[in-house]
Amino acid sequence: MSELPKELAEIVDDFQAVTERERLELLLEFSEELPALPQRFADHPDLLEQVVECQSPLFLTIEVEPEGQRNVSLFFSAPPEAPTTRGFASILHQGLNGLPAEALLAVPDDMPNTLGLTRALTPLRLRGMTAMLGRIKRQVTERIQAPAV
Amino acid sequence: MSLPIDANPRFAAYAHPERLVTTEWLAANLSAPGLVILESNEDFLLYDTGHIANAVKVDWHTDLNDEDTRDYVDGEAFAQLMASKGISRDSTVVIYGDKSNWWAAYALWVFTLFGHEDVRLLDGGRDKWIAEGRELTREKPVITQTGYPVITRDDNAIRAFLPEVLEHFGKPMIDVRSTEEYTGERTHMPAYPEEGTLRGGHIPSAASVPWALAAADDGTFRSREELEEIYLSNAGLTAGDDIIAYCRIGERSSHTWFALQFLLGFENVRNYDGSWTEWGNAVRVPIVKGIEPGAVPAGYGA
Repeated sequence: MSELPKELAEIVDDFQAVTERERLELLLEFSEELPALPQRFADHPDLLEQVVECQSPLFLTIEVEPEGQRNVSLFFSAPPEAPTTRGFASILHQGLNGLPAEALLAVPDDMPNTLGLTRALTPLRLRGMTAMLGRIKRQVTERIQAPAV
Repeated sequence: MSLPIDANPRFAAYAHPERLVTTEWLAANLSAPGLVILESNEDFLLYDTGHIANAVKVDWHTDLNDEDTRDYVDGEAFAQLMASKGISRDSTVVIYGDKSNWWAAYALWVFTLFGHEDVRLLDGGRDKWIAEGRELTREKPVITQTGYPVITRDDNAIRAFLPEVLEHFGKPMIDVRSTEEYTGERTHMPAYPEEGTLRGGHIPSAASVPWALAAADDGTFRSREELEEIYLSNAGLTAGDDIIAYCRIGERSSHTWFALQFLLGFENVRNYDGSWTEWGNAVRVPIVKGIEPGAVPAGYGA
């Protein structure tokens, strides 16, 4: 299994250290910390990709630095009435935002299953988070392979 | 001890107006003795972001499903659950939730498997309550543990299993999923499988009536007249019909079951909770693809 980036590994540890009930409270806290979209994306929702696997509407996009380590910025949008989905997005944001493309691509696809939420949230609900990660990685791959503009 | 029914004239034409309450009624009865308010959502955390005062959370997956069998909890587990939520056998229970009350209707259907007598839906659910600017709170309700008898679940009256669906051919079935799911044409991006169902399509002869047709824009149920247009005139149901409804896991079809049984007064409506996640994968059961319902398969039906 590939190494988790430090920030994400700490989040996973935090989840694993507490009881299931506390994990859900933690997820709720994450959901409240998801930053709003910057204006350039809020004005252009068409620039975001919908993660249709989520049970509630979730949109995401990325920006990749053109040079160097190709650091990746993540942007998410999900309505307040979808706190579970927002919580997942927020975990990925806090765990991965700003990292080099290579580190992000090394995150195991099944990372969402390591949070200890499968029993309470059902595999179906977790699938949304797996899909977010999958789509982020796909966008990163496309972006770093694309010829410089 | 049951609370008085909501005599709102909006419900008068329904077969069982006692099964619905308005937001006004609930707001006036928030602290009424004998009433337990339950919130049942698709999103597991939504209740925790704010809920109707005194409402208790119930979750279809962690509370109502049995973890090890693909089934609902048994009488003992249900009794414990009820006691822990402060519900007595004679409590009036009002359930509401997100998504036009799908999951609320699903919980109500499970309550009905245990014959809980007075269980009602908040018409319009959580969204209508919020749209009207009514208050939500994060304050956890104080629950007084109760005693609830162990009741044997009755799976005969309102629940159908796969063999019974096969026997049902020739009688009306309602597929309440989206048109894309009904036709089997729903497509997904490569490498992003939506679900482990092997085949797309519908049960032969089932009529397509997406569940949301029964809900108005504000999430309330449509009027009796509108529901008759949808289910009788358009879908071809007639009074006295024996009906099976299904969807993907039985949650959306609980909403339709509620409309058929309590609003239109059909007395023989069963929810097939195995639904497409069972039927679509089962060996040697027929399906039909496309928009046409298709005929009863050879060898089945009367």
